Amino acid sequence: MNEFNGLDSDKLHSLYRRLLLLRRFEERVYTNFLQGEIPGTVHQYNGQEAVAVGICDHLRPIDWITSTHRPHGHALAKGISARRVMAELYGKVTGCCNGKGGSMHVGDPSVGMLPAIAIVGGGNSVVIGLGLAYKLRRTDQVAVCFFGEGATNEGAFHESMNFAAVQRLPVVFVCENNLYGASTPYHQVSLVSDVAARACAYGVASQIVDGMDVLAVHKAGGGEAIALARAGRGPILLECKTYRYIGHSRSDARGYRTKDEEAEWKQKDPIPRLGNALIAAGLSDEATLARIAQSVEAELDDAVEFARASPDAAPEQALEDVYA
Amino acid sequence: MPETMQTVSLGATALPNVAERRLTIAEALREAIAEEMQRDPDVFLIGEDIGIPGGFGGAFGVYLGLPEKFGHERIIDTPISEKAIAGAAIGAALMGMRPIADMQYADFLFECMDELVNQAAKMRYMSGGKLKVPMVMRAPVGTTNRGAQHDQCPESFFMHVPGLKVVCVSDAYTAKGILKSAVRDDNPVLIFEHKLLYGSKGRQSAGGLDLTAHVPPEEYLLPLDKAVVKREGNDVTIVATHLSLYRALAAAEVLAQEGISCEVIDPISLLPLDTETLWSSVRKTGRLAIVHEDTLTGGWGAEVAARAADECLFSLQAPIKRIATYDVPLPFAPILEQAVVPTVERIIMTIRTMCE
Ligand SMILES: Cc1ncc(C[n+]2csc(CCOP(=O)(O)OP(=O)(O)O)c2C)c(N)n1
Repeated sequence: MNEFNGLDSDKLHSLYRRLLLLRRFEERVYTNFLQGEIPGTVHQYNGQEAVAVGICDHLRPIDWITSTHRPHGHALAKGISARRVMAELYGKVTGCCNGKGGSMHVGDPSVGMLPAIAIVGGGNSVVIGLGLAYKLRRTDQVAVCFFGEGATNEGAFHESMNFAAVQRLPVVFVCENNLYGASTPYHQVSLVSDVAARACAYGVASQIVDGMDVLAVHKAGGGEAIALARAGRGPILLECKTYRYIGHSRSDARGYRTKDEEAEWKQKDPIPRLGNALIAAGLSDEATLARIAQSVEAELDDAVEFARASPDAAPEQALEDVYA
Repeated sequence: MPETMQTVSLGATALPNVAERRLTIAEALREAIAEEMQRDPDVFLIGEDIGIPGGFGGAFGVYLGLPEKFGHERIIDTPISEKAIAGAAIGAALMGMRPIADMQYADFLFECMDELVNQAAKMRYMSGGKLKVPMVMRAPVGTTNRGAQHDQCPESFFMHVPGLKVVCVSDAYTAKGILKSAVRDDNPVLIFEHKLLYGSKGRQSAGGLDLTAHVPPEEYLLPLDKAVVKREGNDVTIVATHLSLYRALAAAEVLAQEGISCEVIDPISLLPLDTETLWSSVRKTGRLAIVHEDTLTGGWGAEVAARAADECLFSLQAPIKRIATYDVPLPFAPILEQAVVPTVERIIMTIRTMCE
């Protein structure tokens, strides 16, 4: 049972289901985007699911997160329904931002997720304000900031880490280090190979985590980072080593990395990894996992149907929501 | 219909006796950069994702092939650090280099406002004219269904800053000549380009426009501070940049059939503004409309309108009209987006009321 952090079978199956939901959601988006049903562009999360699922499992709706230009996985893991996320990508009025946000800005206050911030580093500074509010109001809330390793070269990352540290804010900085910022390899733009090492400069505790292992993320996130932040012990940086399976955005042919490298990372895929471990431990079987997969497909069939059938916003609604 | 009517050509005046050589804006910009880097070893390129082997060659492919020609020392791939990009460009320019800095999307200029506004624009003045900052910053603008943080047209923010030059290029011929002049200019020059006008890919979203123009093979420079009359007319002057320029030209075509003759002007330079060309047109037509994709309030049209009211009010036969994006952040849903940006229809309707 140890290899499962003491988590029971229900919890483990629910983590498995969420990983699969995030993955299959992105696969639907991929095809439907290519078929011209989804406007704009999309930055997808395939490969990084363990991070969002492992962290968000510990968060309540009142523990808010910030997200990035790659937010679909964070949104689903935080509890926005597949229907509402999908409808948003379709630009429909039933979407989680009423069609005004789109792929790069999905979010929903009711689950504790700001509209995703598509400016790299943008979430890093806003999140400290969430933490500050929790501290000033003496609540036990925690704010979590998801960001890529690319963001750690922005001034916002550094100013915010320092501020969060001196203010002892209940903030967990979750860096998803997927090795590339758009086409730029991280090692080419930083001589410090681990983002976690940068935390020392600000007196912030940090930890490196296998971001392809949902249980490792779950443990580091819940048992340690989030619990400590909740207890008022100040900010923590988790660096989750992960990989995005596909291009930066839909127009990226990925000529800057090799097929071998991609194949190597796919060996560590978080989904079969958890599934196989559950079967090996006698906690699950093929039939159970297949049933989960079926229910995920049904949920996504429904989400796509909902998005397609939903009405467009009325043009004059474009003028609403500018001021409170 | 006046005889001045002409068909809309995307390029500037085609040169006689020269074989047509049609390039996209992206190709023209690439050629301009290559020529300037070839000519002057002090010219270098700096930005995110511009020269990674197998990478994008800049967010819109403008730099593809350049690293092979000029090497990675003069084509500098940076971290995602806009402040560093701007600061490095400014500092190097102060030391006599001629950097071309890339800002992927104009929205990210806000990351380096301090560098551009407080440093680049003021160094010359603060030094009593002893220093200069000969840098170029390229920034793509325009609504392309990316939502509120990737679709803005922030030119007007910079028009408010003495010491900067702000230019908008809208076709391949202009883009090449202006970029080359900007590199040789001794001031910080911001060049704004529209994302849908780069090349053939934007064709559909730009209303099926052929987005290539004739670019002569021999070297040429265009003045940074000269507006261009794109279409002559007698009843109303329309000043517009970027995609709005083409929408204005399309509107002019429709209005011509109703007997309304529009003169369409591409100001190219917003700071300084070529009021001479603008006002001489307004004095002829007696009406002024300004079209831009930036939001209405405080957009650059407000400045043009105020100056026109000040300098040629008595030539005006109708109130000055601004046709701009409504005052909202850009919405994502295509229906909402198209409801707020200035469309051909909105231009036509506004001009009709002006000419009633
Ligand atoms: C301030 C800013 N600069 C540049 C960009 C363009 N951009 C969008 S995503 C991206 C790469 C981000 O890399 P990383 O932070 O590692 O996140 P990942 O895409 O790997 O999830 C870049 C350069 C942006 N959105 N915002």
